[in-house]
Amino acid sequence: MTALLMIDGLRVRYEARDVLRALSLDVARGEIVALMGPSGVGKTTALRAVAALQPFDEGRIVVDGFALAPGPVLAESRLAPLRRRVGLVFQGHALFAHLTALDNVTLALRHVLGKTRREAEAVGEKLLTSLDVGARARAWPSQLSGGEAQRVAIARALAPDPALLLMDEPTAALDPARRSTLGSTLRRLCEQGRGLLVATHDAEFARANADRVVMLTTG
Amino acid sequence: MLRDSTKCQQTRSVNLAAAVYYPLALLSLGAQDSTPRVLVWGGDAEGGAPFVEADPANPAHVRGFDVEVADRIARGLGRRGARFLQVQWSNIDQSVERGDFVLGLSGVEDTPARRARHAVTLPYFEFREVLAVRPEDRDRVHGLADLRGRRVATLGATIAYDLLLTARDSAGVIPVSYDDDVHPYADLVAGRVDAVLLDHIIAQRALRRRGGSGFTILAQPVAIGHYIGVLAHADSALRDSVDAVLREAMRDGSLEQIFRRWSVWDPSQLTLFDRVLRSNAMTPAAPATATQAVAYLPSLARAAAVTLLVSLLSMALAVVVGLALASGRLYGPVWLRVLTTVYIEVIRGTPLLLQLFVIYYGLAGVVRLPAFLAAVLALGLNYAAYEAEIYRGALEAVPRAQLEAARTLGFSEAQILRLVRGPQALRYALAPMTNDFVALLKDSALVSVITVVELTKETAIYATNIGSWVVPGVLCALVYLVMSLPLARLARRLEHRWGGRAA
Repeated sequence: MTALLMIDGLRVRYEARDVLRALSLDVARGEIVALMGPSGVGKTTALRAVAALQPFDEGRIVVDGFALAPGPVLAESRLAPLRRRVGLVFQGHALFAHLTALDNVTLALRHVLGKTRREAEAVGEKLLTSLDVGARARAWPSQLSGGEAQRVAIARALAPDPALLLMDEPTAALDPARRSTLGSTLRRLCEQGRGLLVATHDAEFARANADRVVMLTTG
Repeated sequence: MLRDSTKCQQTRSVNLAAAVYYPLALLSLGAQDSTPRVLVWGGDAEGGAPFVEADPANPAHVRGFDVEVADRIARGLGRRGARFLQVQWSNIDQSVERGDFVLGLSGVEDTPARRARHAVTLPYFEFREVLAVRPEDRDRVHGLADLRGRRVATLGATIAYDLLLTARDSAGVIPVSYDDDVHPYADLVAGRVDAVLLDHIIAQRALRRRGGSGFTILAQPVAIGHYIGVLAHADSALRDSVDAVLREAMRDGSLEQIFRRWSVWDPSQLTLFDRVLRSNAMTPAAPATATQAVAYLPSLARAAAVTLLVSLLSMALAVVVGLALASGRLYGPVWLRVLTTVYIEVIRGTPLLLQLFVIYYGLAGVVRLPAFLAAVLALGLNYAAYEAEIYRGALEAVPRAQLEAARTLGFSEAQILRLVRGPQALRYALAPMTNDFVALLKDSALVSVITVVELTKETAIYATNIGSWVVPGVLCALVYLVMSLPLARLARRLEHRWGGRAA
């Protein structure tokens, strides 16, 4: 069985310094892989390379048959297949500040996937409800708590139904109770056949929720 | 020689009171006229020869028939000489009341308002308000009545301008007001206006400068006027002494010599001198009345509408061009980024006044823009540079993570700008934009230099006519506030409403 995500020998340089070197890992469907290591070791860089927000210098990344090669990031028009396969939840959530929670989720459905407002809102409301933030659909991002904003951000990333979900430090702003809720949420997502790659420095969270842990060390 | 006397004066003032500040000492020159001091008089050297002009041989000195009349008056008063103070022509009355100088002389016209408000001398020169037209109109136009629907130019705040305002109501001419007396003739030749109504001395000078071609001066004058000297209202005693000197100068022929030297002598001056010398005083005309002030209100309302219209159209242009510039600077290829940066820096680094002149007069050889259009273009293109920087700052203020989040969701760059970056930047930009619009509303006063009569200009005309800035100033300020305060309120409300969401 081929992996959903395959990273082979990934190397990212920045100003003649290796930010990331020789990273290889894979993620299968229905699997949660934790990418661990201390701060500044290149976890975020790895996720950004997979999401084609960041060029890399050596190695290969293949997402569900779509390959990224070293060199400059491809033009957005050629990345469309990747964009449909990969969702990314940013550490700071990066919700669109001028849109309600629901509109954050439906924006891509309407303008990228061409759904009508009614269809998009049906999907959006279902997603938000499944993540326990259905009641906050009309709230502005500035009115959401850290946990609520994170779940809205997850809903937004899931809206185009990507096979691979990348998450950057999802436990950073959560209290312990919320962390275990997040764990079960992630488990539910991968039971739907998705693969999850979660960058975290939270060893306890990784041990409790990940199927596999990949350690990144400096040098 | 002028410098020397100033120095003496300074020394004396210092002796009188050791702590007297130098400029104050200069101002005090005019206030005390019992001792043989220098006569400080004010005029506008921009008006040029033959009135007052900077001496080409020594630009620090002035010459002209008004300069010589001032010297003659100083001599007659037993003063040690006359010292010239430069003042904008339309501000002579206000400056003399302020005490900047004691006597205003510079083709100052004899008007009822001036007589009512200030101490004026007897008339020392008679001029004719004459019409200048292009040669092809010479046989068709004989007076203002033949200029229905045509644009007639003149200097603002003059008798000629008042004549044109009257002719607007009676004969349907379109008055066009200028801040100087050179450009009306240039624009007549260029076809921007159809006639110019001004003093015959000014008309003849303009014709001489053009080598006698380009336009002709109609022989039949539209009106007769007189030049006078103007003193502060409280200085009527000194005025009587000045009148005595002028009478003396008319009798002994020294005034005639001055006028002959400057080639402005003609038989009508002799008639004027006779009349002045025979009567003790000219019968003063009726002073300006309150009804005249009320009569100005429609003009003021019209001018306020012009201000608002110029501002609105300029701002619309500034927003559109500003958006294009900001997009070019952020998204364009290198050459476009360089080009937009150069545009923004050049526009922001040079005076708006200069840009107005360049667009209206400088481009006249290439494209002859109507004044209103030139005003909107200049203001709009100027403010576009400032708007562009606001938009650029606002676009850059949208967090990068949101733009990246949009990219991972599959939006194109154009969609990100339209759906994510633009709407948020608009919220950041709204308050500074509103501020800019309020600033533009006030900067629009500058367009009067290219003949667009807006609120401030109309107020200045009004103030000159009634001889006081108090009522016109307050009225004008109120109208500006009525236009700008609601905008400031709106900006605050929008900021408040969106502040929470865009944070």
